[in-house]
Amino acid sequence: MAESSLLENPSANGWLRGPVDWARKNLFSSPANSLLTIVALWGLWLAVPPAIQWGLIKATWIGDPAACRAAGGACWGLVTEKYRLILFGIYPYDEQWRPFLAVVLFIVMLATAANPRFWRPWLGWVLVAGLVVVSVLMWGGILGLPLVTNDRWGGLPLTLILSIFGIVLSFPLAVVLALGRRSQLPAVRAWCVVYIELWRGVPLISVLFMASIMFPLFMPEGVTIDKLLRAQLGIILFTAAYLAEIVRGGLQAIPRGQYEAADSIGLTYWQKMRLVILPQALRLVIPPLVGQFITTFKDTSLVIIIGLYDLLSSTKVALSDPQWRAFYVEGYVVAALIYFVFSYVMSQYSQYLERRLSAGARRR
Amino acid sequence: MKSIFSLCLATVLLGIAGTAEAGQTFDSVKSRGQVVCGVHTGLGGFGAPDQKGNWAGLDVDVCRAVAAAMFGDSTKVRYVPLSAQQRLPALQSGEVDLLSRNTTWTLTREASNGLLFAAVDFYDGQGFLVAKKLGVKSARELNGATVCVQTGTTTELNLSDFARANKIDIKPVTIESFEEAASAFISGRCDAMTSDGSQLAAIRANQTPVPDDYVILPERISKEPLATAVRQGDDQWFNLVKWSFQAMIDAEERGVSSANVDAQLKSSDPNIQRLLGVTPGMGKSLGVDEKWAYSIIKQVGNYGESYDRNVGKDSKLKLERGLNDLWNKGGLMYAMPIR
Repeated sequence: MAESSLLENPSANGWLRGPVDWARKNLFSSPANSLLTIVALWGLWLAVPPAIQWGLIKATWIGDPAACRAAGGACWGLVTEKYRLILFGIYPYDEQWRPFLAVVLFIVMLATAANPRFWRPWLGWVLVAGLVVVSVLMWGGILGLPLVTNDRWGGLPLTLILSIFGIVLSFPLAVVLALGRRSQLPAVRAWCVVYIELWRGVPLISVLFMASIMFPLFMPEGVTIDKLLRAQLGIILFTAAYLAEIVRGGLQAIPRGQYEAADSIGLTYWQKMRLVILPQALRLVIPPLVGQFITTFKDTSLVIIIGLYDLLSSTKVALSDPQWRAFYVEGYVVAALIYFVFSYVMSQYSQYLERRLSAGARRR
Repeated sequence: MKSIFSLCLATVLLGIAGTAEAGQTFDSVKSRGQVVCGVHTGLGGFGAPDQKGNWAGLDVDVCRAVAAAMFGDSTKVRYVPLSAQQRLPALQSGEVDLLSRNTTWTLTREASNGLLFAAVDFYDGQGFLVAKKLGVKSARELNGATVCVQTGTTTELNLSDFARANKIDIKPVTIESFEEAASAFISGRCDAMTSDGSQLAAIRANQTPVPDDYVILPERISKEPLATAVRQGDDQWFNLVKWSFQAMIDAEERGVSSANVDAQLKSSDPNIQRLLGVTPGMGKSLGVDEKWAYSIIKQVGNYGESYDRNVGKDSKLKLERGLNDLWNKGGLMYAMPIR
């Protein structure tokens, strides 16, 4: 909101009177501002032309490593040759249309769920049906699709699965924990405090280590719980603790009068929370919530340490080919771009949602 | 409180005791119909998924050989990619049946981690890569040189040990990732690069502008016998893994390869007859089909074939045989008698 008004208004006025005037007003209005402008331009000059030179002008788009070395620029041949390994990991090659469709379905489902026009009771069922279709696509084993066990899942679908389930399933748990921490019942409150502080007290990487290395040592031989499930549970439980504190922040910001008003019209505890408190509290904390969602999305790349092939790990596998190992920068640039697109869309959506939900508040 | 503690302790002990019962791994692999094999998450030539997501490499071939011996089908393997930190606990906990993942055979890993190493599939050692124009013929002449090395590895420790032992002054340039260390060396930030010999050969062949301008110095400052490991407690399984690999070396020694194995069934050499199960007995002793070695050679190949295909002359790494040649050609690969 704030940036767009800054960008639009002065330029709209300024361009009428010419670019020199605009620049004087916006870029060189004071000595300190002028200095900042010059430093920023100098930084851009240092970074942008070499990047374009490397990534576009001198780059090789197709061809083998020898051709790349001769050209001296970026070697996008790595991507044309390895894009399927990067995107889908070690999923069986001939079946890779399935994870592709699953990713498309995920994106369609997210876009549907994000659009307020579809916020109707049937949306939940549509999403559940979508998840069933995704599971059938990924696992197979029925409808003539060969079975693909989840140790062969990888790449972008795995990253999406880990982060979407991580976010969606941790959220209700977080709300319960946040309410519990503010509960009048000492046992409930103590339990929630211990849970939240314990999980927030350890880094995600150690949670994943515990789940994948320590946990199996306590199981009898041969009894193993699926590695993906262990990591997924770890991510959900971990994220829930962080989200709970964010939700609690929202709960605390609601004025006491709202609680009392709800009590006075005879609502039960759950009605009060569902109808009065939570809608207001959650709206207040959209920015930190989305911030945590983005963090969770990016943190799924930590599963690399427990041998799951998410997007970043499968990029690394593509780079393990000795022939292409020299071009690791290109591989990581591509992975970074994919992460950026998803995170940027999430962040933009949160701003849209904030504007839309606070429309009522603004008008008053 | 005390009872909770003893319950936890009992759970832990039960977990450990569960791993020590004899014959259990062999039987569970057999009834599962699949070998669960711990491999590298991605190390070209040794264990990595190829373009199409199929596992390939020298370490992976050991998994395939064991599956071929057990089931007569080298594809009956489930690969579990493991990071360096995960690999030993994964084997100890029974998540994998064998570990074939560039693991150095050391005393503590056997004596205190409860593992047994069954077969060395690659003898490696740390060395130095330098530009020819530096004019250095031996690592002892590297006094005052800057050396690119990956941080946090035994490689770094070996380097300082070597410098101290030889009383030379080496300035290590430590870099976190292996790829970046290699790039730094090639762009001239260091005079030399140190790593395992196989990795240096890979850098020389694939990352240097002109490979012939670079040379790997003759010294090896550490021993890295990379071996396949199993859990202690199941000798039958240990034997099968060990002899599956021995069969690959024996086949190379006797000139039996995947191309000629069918013709060799008619060989009059009693050693080959025993190896291929024409004279029965060997398979029965191991508890598998008499065609066990035949299946390995037919489907995976002998050791030389596997070496050439994955890391040797037909691969991108193009490593010399060196220590990994047969004993009668100057290497260390020596098959125990199959009889």
